[in-house]
Amino acid sequence: METINITNKELHAQEHIDLHRYEDHEESFISKYVFSQDHKMIARQYLITAMVMAVIAMIMSIVFRLQLAWPGEKFAFINWIMGDKWGKDGILDPNAYLTLVTMHGTIMVFFLLTGGLSGTFSNLLIPYQIGARDMASPFINMLSYWFFFLSSLIMVISLFLPDGAAGPGWTVYPPLSALPEAMPGSGLGMDLWLVSMALFIASSLMGGLNYIVTILNYRTKGMKMTRLPLTIWAFLITAIIGLLSFPVLLSAALLLLSDRLLGTSFYLSDIYIGGRPLDYSGGSPILFEHLFWFLGHPEVYIVLVPALGITSEIIANVSRKPIFGYRAMIGSMLAIAFLSFIVWGHHMYVTGMNPFLGSVFVFTTLLIAIPSAVKAFNYLTTLWKGNIQYTPAALFSIGLVSSFVTGGVTGIILADSTLDITVHDTYFVVGHFHIVMGLSAIFGMFAGVYHWFPKLYLRMMNKKLGYLHFWLTFISAYGVFFPMHFLGLAGVPRRYYTNSEFPMFDALYDVNVVITISAIIGALAQLIFIFNFFYSMFRGPKAPQNPWKANGLEWTNPVANIHGNWPGELPVVHRWAYDYSKPGYEEDFVPQTVPLKEGELDGGGHH
Amino acid sequence: MKLLIVLAVVLFILAVHQLLKVIELAREIRKTKEWEPTDSENDLMGTLMLLFGIIFLGMFFYQIDRWYDKTLPPAASEHGKHIDELMFWNLILISFVFVVVNALLFYFAYKYRGNKNRKSIYYADNSKLEMLWTIIPASALAFIITFGLKYWNEITAPSEEKNPIVVELYAKQFDWTARYPGKDGKLGSTDYRQIEGSNPVGLDTTDKAGFDDILVKNEFHIPVGREVVFYFRSRDVIHSAFMPHFRAQMNCVPGMVTTFKFKPTKTTKEMRQDPYVQNLMKQINEQRSKEGKEPVEFDYTLLCNKICGASHYNMQMKIVVETEQEYNEWLRQQKSFKTLASK
Repeated sequence: METINITNKELHAQEHIDLHRYEDHEESFISKYVFSQDHKMIARQYLITAMVMAVIAMIMSIVFRLQLAWPGEKFAFINWIMGDKWGKDGILDPNAYLTLVTMHGTIMVFFLLTGGLSGTFSNLLIPYQIGARDMASPFINMLSYWFFFLSSLIMVISLFLPDGAAGPGWTVYPPLSALPEAMPGSGLGMDLWLVSMALFIASSLMGGLNYIVTILNYRTKGMKMTRLPLTIWAFLITAIIGLLSFPVLLSAALLLLSDRLLGTSFYLSDIYIGGRPLDYSGGSPILFEHLFWFLGHPEVYIVLVPALGITSEIIANVSRKPIFGYRAMIGSMLAIAFLSFIVWGHHMYVTGMNPFLGSVFVFTTLLIAIPSAVKAFNYLTTLWKGNIQYTPAALFSIGLVSSFVTGGVTGIILADSTLDITVHDTYFVVGHFHIVMGLSAIFGMFAGVYHWFPKLYLRMMNKKLGYLHFWLTFISAYGVFFPMHFLGLAGVPRRYYTNSEFPMFDALYDVNVVITISAIIGALAQLIFIFNFFYSMFRGPKAPQNPWKANGLEWTNPVANIHGNWPGELPVVHRWAYDYSKPGYEEDFVPQTVPLKEGELDGGGHH
Repeated sequence: MKLLIVLAVVLFILAVHQLLKVIELAREIRKTKEWEPTDSENDLMGTLMLLFGIIFLGMFFYQIDRWYDKTLPPAASEHGKHIDELMFWNLILISFVFVVVNALLFYFAYKYRGNKNRKSIYYADNSKLEMLWTIIPASALAFIITFGLKYWNEITAPSEEKNPIVVELYAKQFDWTARYPGKDGKLGSTDYRQIEGSNPVGLDTTDKAGFDDILVKNEFHIPVGREVVFYFRSRDVIHSAFMPHFRAQMNCVPGMVTTFKFKPTKTTKEMRQDPYVQNLMKQINEQRSKEGKEPVEFDYTLLCNKICGASHYNMQMKIVVETEQEYNEWLRQQKSFKTLASK
């Protein structure tokens, strides 16, 4: 205890010195907008970069969806955008199809929903919501962004290689990803993919370390761990998961790179390809699968948990009610995080892995349903008897609860090794993970952007455009991913260039058309968001101090981008973040900076 | 023409710009907190939520009605029946949870839509409730796990049959080869370095057990009512042997031999008489005639279900299930490795 006290005192004593550091001098364009060390600017850089990447990945999905709905049809714009290598006469090439699927997955999972989501909101909200002047190491934070940028750049450049970008699926299983003879998408594009991922992991680790250190050490006076907003808990847990799992992917990627370039045999054995036997021996592709999914499954929660944190905060705020079961929400996130490390084998039931090992993974995987159910019911109870203020953020948060449940329940089928035999690697899986992970995370991200836009750009986004954006997105998203379950139950494998080449699936011809039309509507709906975003950035109404009548510290500082976040002293925290509609108060919210009255209980208790 | 398009775009941007200016001016004058939802907007959004919930759940049942009879026919293998049964009950269970939770969510979203004259209740915790929704899913899961693992253990257990039918499925980019052990009942050992035109699956030519092995392409046959033990190998990249009608799937991994076993319960002919299959084939052929394609009959199919390259989508093989007599007759007509190699 003694040491902790001293550290805290020292921290506070340092505050004045710190403040000087932040106030110092006029900044040049480069240090303000490019190599900025300010957490708010870095958050914006992450967000814009991720949006650019997301648009690229979204266009890719539309191109391959067109092929799936109308195989062999000519779409001239394909050549027009990317030239002949993507398909002669506007008919998509099968290899280009696989490249599109691969890059769509990679960009969406890593660049939008990992880098974009955590990068934006951890950077923006951690210092703001815990009452800190900036991140623990602003310099490493800056490096984290620029590694992310570099990695994005390499990924995009790989699209323009003569042989195209990586194509063996976002899971890049060797030998397909290890042997250039196996497919064009396993050439230089694959090397760049691995290099890009290595940089991405470095970026993610630098960011994550910073988040953890900042949350643990830089909380303002009175901000106990049990008073942290759930957003911060979510970012903390996410960063810890990332820190423990991403290095494993790094080693997996480096070993793969070594198999590709140095002729080692970590993953390869007994292969005959391109008309000759190869010398690799003793390796196993299964090893790669284990390493990949040791990150890959926690990755799902790296994507999902921040969205859960963001929406917990928003749902409490817009319901004007305390989040129901604050401690249970933290507990269930911790349980999910812990379990996420011991379930990776459920991706490998039919790889030839020992069946007994499979049984263990069935057990651990299904356990995740319990904390997930707790979360879903706690969301519901938070809405119950609330006074829901329908901001666009509220709509997207409710959208998340729906997609989290809808996509979550099908996980029970896939977790069950017996049932997985039938639906493994079919469209059932595609539907499942897009709804539970893709939609939930992107809904959480949209909710966050609408809600904290005033902290990002000091202006308000347009509400009505937000409404339109939500409804079109929500409806078309279910239109895309819900019917996929039926394709899966019919046995349609994923990553097929077309499923009308042989008769087996012909009766389901209309499913693909429904999906593609929904996807196009969904993509167009994002134009509304992009317009709203950039228009509001420059012309939106100026943000007031506390537009959503929220309790968090982020709404107590002046509406301006000042270094050090608060002029003068840092705010002092007296209560948890969820005193909405508390009896005994005139207003329906009580900011965290308001001292407790005599006899008043903190953390949801009251007389 | 290009000039016209540019002109149109410029005009459009100007028009939008003017329109936005008008809106902005109007906003300046009104000075409202336009980001705050009004009561009427809360009403509208709440009602839309309810409406969406109803249509969403309605669409769920509509989709079942429209597409469920186009999913896989009832399993044609012994263990597959257990899988189907388990799948059915699991689907019922998750559909129930899906419907109830979504219904509650959209109902609450409507019922508790914001209103200036109301205040929320202050309700932060209730450990009994939380205990309840920890225990209920936990006990439901206990059942799922128990039944799932029971069947899983049966399915993956080594074959107990004294004399099972043995078939090796050998995958390469982008086709399948089936290998039968021949008269000696033994699959000959393999060496990938000996692969060549006349030795496509890489049989070890020093192992006599392989001489009578039978290699077939395009289609392979298995007898009904007999346990078939499959071994899977791959020449180049990972493939996956997916036989959806039998609820069977296993990856083919280079450098490894994997296995799966099942007992087919219906011959191809019997399957073609099955009312579910006939209905399915009717719909398939209706669609095919619209596209100007030949009508087809039902066939069991082996598909590749692990991304393996450009023609992954078209890597299949026909499976014929027939009576044991027909099977033996067919097998006798196939050529052994030695006769193939000596050509």
